[in-house]
Amino acid sequence: MVAAVLVVLSRNAIHSAIYLVLSFLSMAGLYVLLEAEFVAAVQVLVYAGGIMVLFLFVIMLVDLRDPYGSKVGLHGVISGGLGLAVVAVILSVYGRGRIPAVPEAASVLRQGGNLEAVGQAIFADYLLPFEIVSLLLLVAMIAAIVLARPIQKG
Amino acid sequence: MPVPPAHVLVISLLLFSIGMIGVLIRRNVIVILMSIELIMNAANLNLIAFSRQLNNLVGQVFGVFTIAVAAGEVAVGLAVVLALYRNRSTIYVDEVHIMKG
Repeated sequence: MVAAVLVVLSRNAIHSAIYLVLSFLSMAGLYVLLEAEFVAAVQVLVYAGGIMVLFLFVIMLVDLRDPYGSKVGLHGVISGGLGLAVVAVILSVYGRGRIPAVPEAASVLRQGGNLEAVGQAIFADYLLPFEIVSLLLLVAMIAAIVLARPIQKG
Repeated sequence: MPVPPAHVLVISLLLFSIGMIGVLIRRNVIVILMSIELIMNAANLNLIAFSRQLNNLVGQVFGVFTIAVAAGEVAVGLAVVLALYRNRSTIYVDEVHIMKG
């Protein structure tokens, strides 16, 4: 939580990135608490590993001098107020509804230690979405290469 | 030790709001992309929490899909940032007026 606040508030983009790693790792801990160990492992590998390396590379490739200083201004105040208003609205909706406190023992999630269950679900019931996601990743990779390629002269 | 889903929902709400405020107030494109990652993580947390609540694996499956899509999105977004920096020498959204009429 605190790490997520610091992501937004740090002046230095590298500090933001490191706080983002911290918040991803704590979120992986939350996934473990929610008995989703496979998703937690994927979170650590993909986010804390891959995505952060991408972010750090780009941070080091571009020029980070902030021409604006630390002024926030009217625009920032309005945005912050809007964010707090959204928090208030959703919290009031939560207060109105009733969520059962603790679910019964999660039996489906635990067959063969969660990894086997998730694997069965992905490759048996959700094979088509899985293939679509892999295709999407391929397209994204090609697009990233094409976009980041140096511009040829002539 | 079971975690009450309401608490997870509140954490997810706060993460989403922090991400939204970050998108709105920061001018650095890279930090804006990081805030978008926070928002997607909040949605993912909700998926996992309800998967636990409803005793159903679909939420976890789609959580994995969300992470994959987020990875692709970040790759393309950062490539756009690089192209922008190469052409305009800036990564601050206030200085980009390409689409201004």
